Amino acid sequence: MHRLEPHVKIVAAFLFIVVVILTPITNWQAYLAYFALIGIATAVARLPFLTVLRRSLIEIPFVLFAVLMPFFGSGEQIEIGPLTLYVEGLLAAAGIVAKGTLGVLTAITLSSSTQARELLRGFERLRMPAVMVQIITFMLRYVNVVNDELARMRVARESRGFEAKGLRDWKVIASTAGALFIRSYERGERVHLAMLARGYQGRLPDETHHHVAPHRWLTGLALPVSALVALAVTTLLRGAVG
Amino acid sequence: MTALSVENLAFEYPDGNQALFGVNFRIEAGERVALLGPNGSGKTTLILHLNGILAAGHGSVTVDGTVVDTADKESLKRVRSRVGVVFQDPDDQLFMPTVAEDVAFGPYNMGLRGEELEHVVKDALEQVGMLNFRDRPPHHLSFGQRRRVAVATVLAMKPRIVVLDEPSSNLDPASRRELAEILRSLDITMLMVTHDLPYAAELCDRSLLLSGGVIVADGPTRGILADESLLAQHRLELPLGYRLT
Repeated sequence: MHRLEPHVKIVAAFLFIVVVILTPITNWQAYLAYFALIGIATAVARLPFLTVLRRSLIEIPFVLFAVLMPFFGSGEQIEIGPLTLYVEGLLAAAGIVAKGTLGVLTAITLSSSTQARELLRGFERLRMPAVMVQIITFMLRYVNVVNDELARMRVARESRGFEAKGLRDWKVIASTAGALFIRSYERGERVHLAMLARGYQGRLPDETHHHVAPHRWLTGLALPVSALVALAVTTLLRGAVG
Repeated sequence: MTALSVENLAFEYPDGNQALFGVNFRIEAGERVALLGPNGSGKTTLILHLNGILAAGHGSVTVDGTVVDTADKESLKRVRSRVGVVFQDPDDQLFMPTVAEDVAFGPYNMGLRGEELEHVVKDALEQVGMLNFRDRPPHHLSFGQRRRVAVATVLAMKPRIVVLDEPSSNLDPASRRELAEILRSLDITMLMVTHDLPYAAELCDRSLLLSGGVIVADGPTRGILADESLLAQHRLELPLGYRLT
């Protein structure tokens, strides 16, 4: 999976998420299949379970809102122990949590099995505008430089006895941010000069010309296609039963 | 043969601050020349004219027989492949994700591809002793290593003249000496902009002294550095205890 061409992976992940979003939450059998599929994908990519779990914590703030949904609403209610919940809200919340979790897991699988640089190449091949690809490339390159600069400024501040204590100190923080912005802007100008000096004409070099064999696409698309099959089968079965 | 010639070059920034007031000098092919000058003497402004990033307000810059014309894109492209500028902060110069990709940036823009490009990159990194670091991201290198890679990015363009902006700044003594050895080993015309006078004495036989936007002295480095009153007049000093040998 790590070796699969990045743009194939991006397309596969995107299609998989589309299938997930289009599935109604009441078709819970399909969701079981989806979770199984993404589980298989992480296993094939040999991603450590703990890493995936830790990274998926990013979802929590979004899920928090969903958890509140069953408590508010109208219409049919059900009682679970001491709680009175609205069925509609409960379904909506379950939908958000399930779809959100699947989306996050897919994104983690994609990003953990692909280097940032490769991911960008993938987007470039998928005709993402060159300017955006370049902006992200530069962000990846300079995030450390800017971070170091910020750390140095903080050390310099603290060396002169500054300590962020309350609202009043925000003024200092704000001017630090301002100074950092101006420095970064000026660095941007200097980098641009350095690029011009070496003949930059609007495109970053790309020396990778790989033709993607059809079977690579097949491997990549296995995930969304199986999801689609799961959706079809479960929908048909439910139709037959109902 | 004249590699670089600057005639009556004057320049005023858009905010009205005039930095250059008629600069004149020539550099012959194969020479290694130091451009000395205090802070604010117009050194950086001059550098930015040499490869057409700033357009001359008055006068001209001629590289290898071609006048730099900032209005003509094709000629600019040629000039930029002939004048290689190594900027002061390597973080400004190294912007690609890996060392090798960065060294490839210039020659790629000049139209090199495939094996030829590969070869040029390898050659340039070898010349500065950084071939083993080719796949590393620049921010994992030490400052001295980054500066050496910055030199390689310019060598890869096979320029006729290399311009270095403060090559010794921020280097520890060992990196400073290593860089000097590398620079001396290169068989290339060089203009070294610096106020590190011992470095100039070590590497360059000839020096230009830029002050207040004009060239105030042009001659053998030793002669200029021995003239204490000339140096003092233009805010330059040899380090305490330093003896010209």
